[in-house]
This record gives sequence, C-alpha cells and structure tokens, in this order.
Amino acid sequence: MINKNGTLPDLPPPSTNIGVIGWLRNNLFPSPLNTLLTFFAIYIIYLVIVPTVDWAFLNSNWVGESRDACTGGGACWVFISARFDLFMYGFYPESEYWRINLAFAILVLLLVLLNIRQVPQRGWLAAFTLICYPVITFYLFSGGVFGLDPVDTSKWGGLSLTLILSGVGIVASLPLGVILALGRNSQMPIVKAASIVFIEFWRGVPLITVLFMSSVMLPLFLPEGTSFDKLLRAMIGIVLFESAYMAEVVRGGLAAIPRGQYEAAKALGLNYWKSMALIILPQALKLVIPGIVNTFIALFKDTTLVLIIGLFDLLTTIEAGFKDSHWLGYALEGYVFAALVYWIFCFSMSRYSQHLERKLSTGHAR
Amino acid sequence: MAVKRQPNDAPAKAAFWRRPVFRSAVFQVLLVLGVVYVGNALLNNTLYNLEQRGISTGFDFMSNAAGFGIVQTLIDYQETDTFGRTFLVGLLNTILVSVLGIFFATIIGFIMGVARLSKNWLIAKLAMVYIETFRNIPLLLQILFWYFIVLNKLPLPRQSMDLGGVIFLNKRGLSLPSPVFEPGFWVVGAAILLAVVLVFLIVRWAHIRQEQTGHQFHTVYASLAMLIGLPLLVFFAAGSPVSWEIPALKGFNFKGGFVVIPELAALLLALSIYTAAFIAEAVRSGILAVSHGQTEAAYALGLRPGITLRLVIIPQALRVIIPQLTSQYLNLTKNSSLATAVGYPDLVSVFAGTTLNQTGQAIEVIAMTMAVYLSISLSISLFMNWYNRKKQLVER
Repeated sequence: MINKNGTLPDLPPPSTNIGVIGWLRNNLFPSPLNTLLTFFAIYIIYLVIVPTVDWAFLNSNWVGESRDACTGGGACWVFISARFDLFMYGFYPESEYWRINLAFAILVLLLVLLNIRQVPQRGWLAAFTLICYPVITFYLFSGGVFGLDPVDTSKWGGLSLTLILSGVGIVASLPLGVILALGRNSQMPIVKAASIVFIEFWRGVPLITVLFMSSVMLPLFLPEGTSFDKLLRAMIGIVLFESAYMAEVVRGGLAAIPRGQYEAAKALGLNYWKSMALIILPQALKLVIPGIVNTFIALFKDTTLVLIIGLFDLLTTIEAGFKDSHWLGYALEGYVFAALVYWIFCFSMSRYSQHLERKLSTGHAR
Repeated sequence: MAVKRQPNDAPAKAAFWRRPVFRSAVFQVLLVLGVVYVGNALLNNTLYNLEQRGISTGFDFMSNAAGFGIVQTLIDYQETDTFGRTFLVGLLNTILVSVLGIFFATIIGFIMGVARLSKNWLIAKLAMVYIETFRNIPLLLQILFWYFIVLNKLPLPRQSMDLGGVIFLNKRGLSLPSPVFEPGFWVVGAAILLAVVLVFLIVRWAHIRQEQTGHQFHTVYASLAMLIGLPLLVFFAAGSPVSWEIPALKGFNFKGGFVVIPELAALLLALSIYTAAFIAEAVRSGILAVSHGQTEAAYALGLRPGITLRLVIIPQALRVIIPQLTSQYLNLTKNSSLATAVGYPDLVSVFAGTTLNQTGQAIEVIAMTMAVYLSISLSISLFMNWYNRKKQLVER
C-alpha cells in the first residue's frame, strides 16, 4: 500500500499509547510509585465501599410500618420513610401541609423562570422573588389571613424550617450587607468606622455565641412587655451575623470595579446614590453572585446550630425521631439521611455557583 | 441672551446645604445621635429589666465558688474553685482543641490538596470525593456522627483494643503513657534551647557566607543533626531522666497515663477533617495560581526541580495559600465552640453554658466569651494585614 506520492502511509500509534491500555498506563501506572499509590487507592475504596453497600443496600430494609420490619441486620430505611413527614414539616398540622408545599412550589417555579433566558422582564421577576415572595410565604406559613388557620411558629420544623431560616438569612442580609459595604468604602470617617466595627464584631464571634446572645440577652435589651418568639430571635441573630459576611463579599465586588467606572459616573453628573444604584452596584453584584451563593451554602450548613437553642430544624427533628422509644437505636440511619439531604443541597448549590462563575466571567476578569 | 461674566467674577457658589462637606457632616452627626440614642435606650431597658429580675450586675460572681466538676482540665481545678477559674479552664480547653485541630487539619489538608492535583487519576478522584463530601456536610452533624456513632461502637474498657500493651482504646477514651520527668530533666531542656540557638546562628552564618563567596552549606542536615543529636546526647549522658507511666486497668476503667477523652477525640476528628477539606482547596488554588511559565523559566535558568519547587513555586503559591489558610484557622477556632453539642468542656460549654446557668449573669458571661473570640480573631486579622502588606506583589 504505497501512497500516490510514493511514501508509505502513517502507521497507527502503538496500541500501548492509545485506547484503554494507553489511558491506564498514563493515568494509573506511569511510574512504580504511582502504581503503588493506585493499589493503595483501590484498597481504600474496597475498604469503604464493601461494608457501605452491604449496610445501605444488600442487608437493608426499605418497606414496612414499624421497626419489626427491620430484620436484615443492615440499614433500616423504614425509620426514614415512617417519619418522613416529621423530618420535612416538623410538628406542622398534617391538614395544613399543602400550605408549605404550595410555598415551595411557587419558589421552584420562580427559580425555574428566573433561569430561562427567554422569559421577559426577568428583573421584575427577581424583585418579586426577593420582596413579595417572602411576604406570601410568611402568610402561608403562619396563617391568620384569608381564612387560613393560624399556626404557631413553635410548630414549624423539619427541612422547611431549615429552608426558611436560610432563606430569611440570605434575603434580609443582602441589603444590609450592601449598605455596610458601601459604609466601609465611604469617605465619611464616622460612617466608615461604624461599619468597620459592626462588620469586624460579627465576623469575630462564633455563630453559637450569637445565638446564645439572641436567646438569653435580647429579652433583656428590649422594653418590658415586648416579647419575641424564639424563631424570630434566632432569625435576628442569624441576619446580623450573616450581613457582616455579606458586606465583605460585596466589598470584594466593589473593589473589583475599575476606577474609571466611578469617575465616569461622576462625569455624567450623577450623585452618590444614583451612581451607586445605576452604575457601580449592578456590576459589582453581578461579579459577586458566586460569592453570595457560597455565603448561602455556609449559612445553610450553619442553620444546624439552632439545635443548640432548641429549634426544630431538620437535624433536630431527626434526633427527636431516633430518640423516640419506637425507633431507639436508628441514629446512624438518621444521621446518614440528614447528611445526604444537606449534601445534595450544598453540592448542587456549589456546582451552580461554579457554573455561574464560568458564565459571568466576562468583562472585568484581570 | 448670554450673560457676560467679568474675568474677576468668582464662579457662582452652590448653596451651603448642597455642598458635600456640609451634607456629610450632617449625615455623620445624625448617625452618632442615632447610635447614642439606641445605645442609651438599650442600656436603660437592660438596667431596668435586671432590676426587675433581681440580678445584680458586675463581676463579683467571678470569685464565688463554682461547685461543679469539669471532665477535662489542663490546670488544677476542684469543685470548690471559683467561677473565674472555670473561665480559665474553658479557655485553655478551647486553645488545646484549636491548636491540635489546626495541626491535624494542616497536615491532612496539604496531603489532600496535593493529591487532588496528582497525575494519578484514581488518587486525584479520591481526594476530590473526600473534599466534596466533607465540605458539604454541616460540621455539627459530623461532630455528632463521630461522637454518637463511631466512638460509641468502641469496646468497653475491659475489652480495650491495645497497642503493645501501652496504648489502650475504648469507649472511655484513648489512654496513652505519660512521661514523668525526673529531677535531672532540666539539662535536656537546656540542651534543646541551646540547639535552637545554634541552628539560628548556623543559618545566619551560612547565609552570609553564600552572599560573600557563593559557596552553599547544607544547613538542613546540619540543623537536623543539631536539633536531634544534641538533646539525645545530653539525654543519655544525664542517665535518661524520664520514666513512663503506663495506663493500667483498675476496676472499670484505666488509671494513670494521659487520657484523650472521647469528647475531645470526636471534636478533633470532625474539626480537622472538615477544615482539611477547605485547606485542601486553598492549597490546590494556590498551586494552580502559579503559572507554568514560572517553572519553565526556572528550568531555563538551570535550577533543578527540587530547588525550583522550593525557591520559585512554593513562595509564590504561599502568597495565595497563607491568607486563606489563616481564615480557615480562624474558622476552626470559632467552630470549636460547637464542643457544647457533645459536652467537651470548652469555653462556650463550661463558661457560657454551666457558669451562665448557675450564676444567671448572662451579660457579663456572654460579653467575656465574645471578647475572647473577638480578640483572637482581631489579632489574627492584624497579623494577616501585616503579612499581606509584606508579601504584596510590588508592580511597577
């Protein structure tokens, strides 16, 4: 087989350099040390996977009503399915579950619409999600209007409470954080100092002491007769705490805007608030969306701390579930389920934030 | 018709309330007044409420007898000691768990961060699974998991797992032999101190010699020999002035030796594994931040790979890593307050927990606790600012 111009055709690359064998050689066994490491890794995977699969799948029980159904010796997932409502809704009255479902269905719908490019007026939709939606959700949860039965906040719980705490935390701390960030960058010495003190104070103390403070000290600070419920006190603590972190994220965005933008805004004759609202903040906030999502992930994980002040979030309801005498001894199943739920939320959010980072990484990347 | 301006006419001045200086002054005065008003209202409310509840203010309670026991104390502590001493005990326990946690988290984090960049596909993926798993599960859940699930599965003291008959692991904790220093031990201590001073002098001398003559000196080997050899020599010359106290099973538990209580072990495991996942990401981003051109340039200058790594890559990677690392150390210290969930006697659990409940002095106790964390984090961020200024890239 000789080519027209009299040369031999190219030989294919050696079979050891391409295909599966080539990949294995390059990625798993390139050197003696790496071969050793590969076998070590395989051994570790074997040690972890085999007992886990045995416990979670092969020897586990999935269907049934009570602990009598658990005979396999492995995981008893019946515990999770039997108490699923408790984990999702806490002690919310069963006949009113639809209200929580409706609230989250609206949220999912809004989020889907916000992520479709073709939807018109997405800015107004975002404003609706941030301003009107929390009000709607509040009335759906607490009732007392439009003939909805009032439900006391002490009955709220489970995953829905976790989502509410983190949702309120993020929505309320964002505007506060923006104001604090602007204050920290301000030319006015007193405003600047006040913002720095506020931010550094909240960033310097652990959330747990903030929650202790809000549950023990807040009642002392307020005039006699005014009383907040426990949930609201925790929320105030979380929002103040979170706003300091948010301020630092926003400040990062402000610092990334080139000076020219500030100068151009001034040259157009815009005053401070107009130049911030129309020129600087829209760009800065777009830059820090990934940072905001990361703050949200941290906040989502931190909401578990309300366990310590006795609010029934997802983790606390699960603990209450396996401390119940009918289900004593299924702590591992409970913790694994909790870990899985938190992991799914946090992991998908972090992937989303990476996706945004790639999508938005135009313009000011230096 | 255009108004003609005379050359010596000053430009029309804006009204004084339109001037930025005036506006910012007014704004700041209003802010100060607002803060003072709110602060005053809070103070009055608090004093009134305290009076109504019959709680006295002040730090007198610090010298009252505490009357409760603490499971782990680094300094002598009895139930008859004061509340002030519980503060100290808690603070030391917090420092202990933070320092140990930082130590382990750094080691695991660096290993995982480098493994994440390994050319070995399996190792890189394994490190990725580790990072993504532990980073995305709440720390509190991890602490509870280690304490109530893993450490709870350990055998009773009678069926302890042992290592060579000197280290014992059971439900009550990890018993290690503890050294007992005999009178002559100070000589060894002095030898260690001397070795450190000598190493410092050698390094300085080698540096000066290299600048003057270009000759290098194996400082690393010389220092290691000095640091290990000298104390060891003195140790044996003094007749090994250390004996070991081996833990022994007496009744239902081990007595003697040094015991790592399970609360500390669980907290340490969770804190170091959780924080290590973040440190690994910091290490990875730091290494990736050094562009490949740097390596190529170093090779072009004729530097060997080891020296390239030590003198070119690592110093530049550290510029990215160190700030993230310190903020993770700070997070670890603050997160150690979750000890209260498993009952490890740290500052929050002992002082803001038990002491607060017994004395009812909420304001003083919470303020002191917050002040401790605040001063730790402020001093670390001051250090960070200093470090960043020192290491900042100086561009044209």
